[in-house]
Amino acid sequence: MTRPVPKLDAVNRPFWTGGADGELRLMRCQDCKEFIHPPRPVCRHCLSDRVAPEAVAGTGVVDTFTVNYQPWAPNMEVPFVIARVTIDGAPGVYLTTNIIGCEPDAVDIGDKVRVSFEQQGEIHYPLFEKVD
Amino acid sequence: MAEAYITGIGQSEVGVRLERHPLLLTLDAVREALDEAGLSIDQIDGVSTYPGRVPVFLGFSPVGADELIDALGIRATWHAGGGEISSQLGAVVAAAMAVKTGAARHVLCFRTVYEAAALSRPDEYPPMRKKTVDGNSQWFAPFNAMSPANWTAQYAMRHVKRYGLTREQLAQIALNDRANGVRNPRALVRKPLTLDEYMSARMVSTPLCLYDCDRFTDASTVLIVSAGDAVDEVTCTPIRIAAFAGTVERHSWDQAEWMSCYPTGEDLWKQTDYTPADVDTVQFYDGFSFQAITWLEGLGFCERGEGGRFIEGGHRIALDGELPMNTGGGQIAGGRLHGFGFAHEAVTQLRGLGGERQVSNNPRVAVATSGGGPLATALLLAND
Ligand SMILES: [Zn+2]
Repeated sequence: MTRPVPKLDAVNRPFWTGGADGELRLMRCQDCKEFIHPPRPVCRHCLSDRVAPEAVAGTGVVDTFTVNYQPWAPNMEVPFVIARVTIDGAPGVYLTTNIIGCEPDAVDIGDKVRVSFEQQGEIHYPLFEKVD
Repeated sequence: MAEAYITGIGQSEVGVRLERHPLLLTLDAVREALDEAGLSIDQIDGVSTYPGRVPVFLGFSPVGADELIDALGIRATWHAGGGEISSQLGAVVAAAMAVKTGAARHVLCFRTVYEAAALSRPDEYPPMRKKTVDGNSQWFAPFNAMSPANWTAQYAMRHVKRYGLTREQLAQIALNDRANGVRNPRALVRKPLTLDEYMSARMVSTPLCLYDCDRFTDASTVLIVSAGDAVDEVTCTPIRIAAFAGTVERHSWDQAEWMSCYPTGEDLWKQTDYTPADVDTVQFYDGFSFQAITWLEGLGFCERGEGGRFIEGGHRIALDGELPMNTGGGQIAGGRLHGFGFAHEAVTQLRGLGGERQVSNNPRVAVATSGGGPLATALLLAND
């Protein structure tokens, strides 16, 4: 499936390209250790500017989801699952993503998932698939 | 403290693929509002709008405050227009603050939408094409989560799974809207909807089906906000803006545990002695039906998670129910007036001018809201 391409900049590049090294990278405050998502050059918890991308486990849990049936663009293949995933070891962060590798109606809240990167050019889209 | 009132209100024709120029739709609504208030354009000294002119998609907002001031020959001592406020009715909040401080006496607030017309005339209104996505949309569009329908649906699904929200319950928002739209001569859709039709509708983004979504509309809505010491200049019943709130915790569709209607709803009651029990009618933003349920919960008309059961069967929110909701048809039947329609309808009801859709027993207090996702505004309006 074709996907809109994020415009890369210094702050979001680690997130969108970490998959090249098989890593899901989230911005983390080096002072208070909280995670910051969407990534920004400042910590929203303590206002520190000592933030840096860190690799996280790449596993998580489906917090909620929807099965999209509406083709929002020409050639969009439907249905597919859009999910909001919590990331193990990164409390407070949600990622909106797709759950792939299963039938759309097989996804439920609470499902354990693992990141699976889909590369298109420079971008490695962090998608997720179910794990047992 | 100085008070702010909504005085004249106006609305253009509401339709799809209208030919009339968006500035003229705005003029139609302005004229109606001025006539109702008995004001002349020379008495307007402020202009407020959301989100201002949006060049990347003119249909979304084709007329800005600057242009309207110039086009209508307004001498404005205060004006504002922009998207970075607490959603659509944030423009009314801004106007209320302007008249409370004396920066203006009569502020013309407007929201003009032209999305259906713009899509039907791509040569005149070319659709935006961008090679890349940035800002907030980069966290959604790359996963083809393109629409607020998807973002809202995820919160709705959590209600389904965690609190047992059923499709039959959710349907009551659309059914109620469509029933009320029949009684509103200006509603975009004036045909009732049956539960069977709802249940067999195609899905857009589960659990939201086609009838849970508003649709692109062409229209303009105007609300004049007047200072307390200027209401003796108007001929219509002034409706007091008794309180307002627009709290944002995360400006995001996915990082918030609870959408902005929840903190906004809580904060509204801190600004007033009124309580939810005093409210006679509610006009809740329902660009997607589920948002009206979250407003019920956020404003404390029921507990979090109980919204589905609160509207079960639809009797409670019907025109003759204990809490009549979206009496003009909301956005699902009334048209996507984008927030301003809810305040327009609340004022109509509080003046007793609802005609066939008038709530009985002299409603005195109403809540009107806009948005509710990353941004939310709640107005408490009173004829007191
Ligand atoms: Zn920090």
